Amino acid sequence: MIFEGTALLIARDNVDTDVLYPGPYLNIVDPQQMKWYLFEGLDPSLRDRLREDTILVVGENFGAGSSREHVPLAMKAWGIRCLVGKSFARIFYRNCINLGLLAVPCREAVDAARDGSRLRIDTDAGVIEVDGRVFRMPSLPPFLLDIITCGGLEAWARRRLTTG
Amino acid sequence: MPHTLVEKILLAHTDAADIAPGDIIMVRCDVVLANDISGPVAFRAMERMGARRVFDPQKVVMVADHFTPAKDAMSAALLRSLEEWCESQGVTFYGQGRGGIEHTLLCEEGWVVPGTVIAGGDSHTCTYGALGAFGTGLGSTDIAFCLAFGEFWQVVPGTIQVVFEGTRPPFITGKDLILAVIAHIGVAGGTNHVLEFVGAGAESLSIDERLAVSNMAVEAGAETGLFPADATTAAYLQGRTTRPWVAERSDPHAQFAQRVRIALDALSPLVAAPHSPGNVIPVEDARGVRIDQVYIGNCANGTLTDLRQAAEVLRGRRVHPRVRAIIVPATSSIYRQALREGLIDVFLEAGAIVSPPTCGACFGGHMGVLAAGERAVTTTNRNFRGRMGSPEAEVYLANAWVAASAAVAGEIVHPAEFLAEVRA
Repeated sequence: MIFEGTALLIARDNVDTDVLYPGPYLNIVDPQQMKWYLFEGLDPSLRDRLREDTILVVGENFGAGSSREHVPLAMKAWGIRCLVGKSFARIFYRNCINLGLLAVPCREAVDAARDGSRLRIDTDAGVIEVDGRVFRMPSLPPFLLDIITCGGLEAWARRRLTTG
Repeated sequence: MPHTLVEKILLAHTDAADIAPGDIIMVRCDVVLANDISGPVAFRAMERMGARRVFDPQKVVMVADHFTPAKDAMSAALLRSLEEWCESQGVTFYGQGRGGIEHTLLCEEGWVVPGTVIAGGDSHTCTYGALGAFGTGLGSTDIAFCLAFGEFWQVVPGTIQVVFEGTRPPFITGKDLILAVIAHIGVAGGTNHVLEFVGAGAESLSIDERLAVSNMAVEAGAETGLFPADATTAAYLQGRTTRPWVAERSDPHAQFAQRVRIALDALSPLVAAPHSPGNVIPVEDARGVRIDQVYIGNCANGTLTDLRQAAEVLRGRRVHPRVRAIIVPATSSIYRQALREGLIDVFLEAGAIVSPPTCGACFGGHMGVLAAGERAVTTTNRNFRGRMGSPEAEVYLANAWVAASAAVAGEIVHPAEFLAEVRA
């Protein structure tokens, strides 16, 4: 699969899911309502900078802490399809994959990216281009690629139910 | 092939013939857990997956604990939907006033036994490692899949073995041990790994203290924090559960990714200063920090052990006039036992607030959130910016001795300033 877009940089390490989506709003179940609280504890103005083709470029251990799926659900509700990070916290990473949101760990690509950089991610070739510079990304295990290609774990589960 | 404890547990719950760190496997669940936050989101996802019924109602348990008692009409509706779903699916539901904070509760109620796999829609499901179970936190879509199929995908984790050496000085608790570990390996040091706690210092811990240690494994990025089951585990489970279990431990030549040694003899009580659980300093270095609130509770440290420690400090003393002290017994049964032991009276006499069991202010939900400029000492597990209210508030994580001492002094002090000597 190929993802192309414009970088929005969150250039800090250990950004936790509490600042990405604060606790008081966890009683919301509709992603279209969740999206108004994304980044609320970090920098609400980031919401105004989201574009149709935004790729979030993030630091080390992004998404640490709480398992709240509200964070990637809200990202998806804004139309975000992809994140490139130095590294991801485990539960956040799982949640992204399960929602069909590609999360790619690649330190060199993050270091090369600026706000507004053009990114192109080719999962088949295993490369990320940042403003034309090419970086190798770790290959995604086939199982996880299958979930992403399906569009997420829900669709993957539907396929499993219908094919037995 | 020698195996680590976590590999043995996972091998018993997968179809794969053998496993090694990095393999992706499907893991069968013995228990699937969610709460009033993760549950309702998962139920919708499960429906969209096309599953009408849960895989096995006997293995599913739901706990209302985050926005309880309901903080507003929206939360009330959420709690209502959780209850109705449980009724329609025929699964166990611990409602308001009939349970408490999920992780303390499930241990207490005998849901957790060594060698089992518990998938929980809450990051602190790692607490069950205290009883030798692979309890691990998952998001709502994972939980939906577990509810529908009774399994989840898992990358086989490596193991970081943590050896607690020596004996604990007075005022050193499970909280201090895990803060020492996080200080050592860092907040992401355990990513893609489990922690395994061994050594004389680990074996000497009560189950309450082990719960405090395992609870914060996720604050080091780890998937769970395992204590191999021993006589202490067996004594705790006696009379709580009829579930079968066997004590397992890592094989002598099992491969560990890393071995960390923590010497307990020279340890001071520790605090995690704002705004990271990894920002750990000895309590002496935080001495004199003025505080506005103390919060003793949550799934890490709302046990009877914590309440007894707090009561020992507060007995015959008063909470500082500038300070609010909020004490949250983790479950109804802890609350009742505290009542029988006279602890609740000690707290009220001292001018503290005793809250019903709830996740409450720990995650900034309600029941004691902080204003801008306020500073709290808490026995909770996260002090992220804004975690307990305003982004301009500050939270220091500490054990119950330190928290209660701060409540009396109005500032952070070493508990030895109040209590010359106590049993370790």
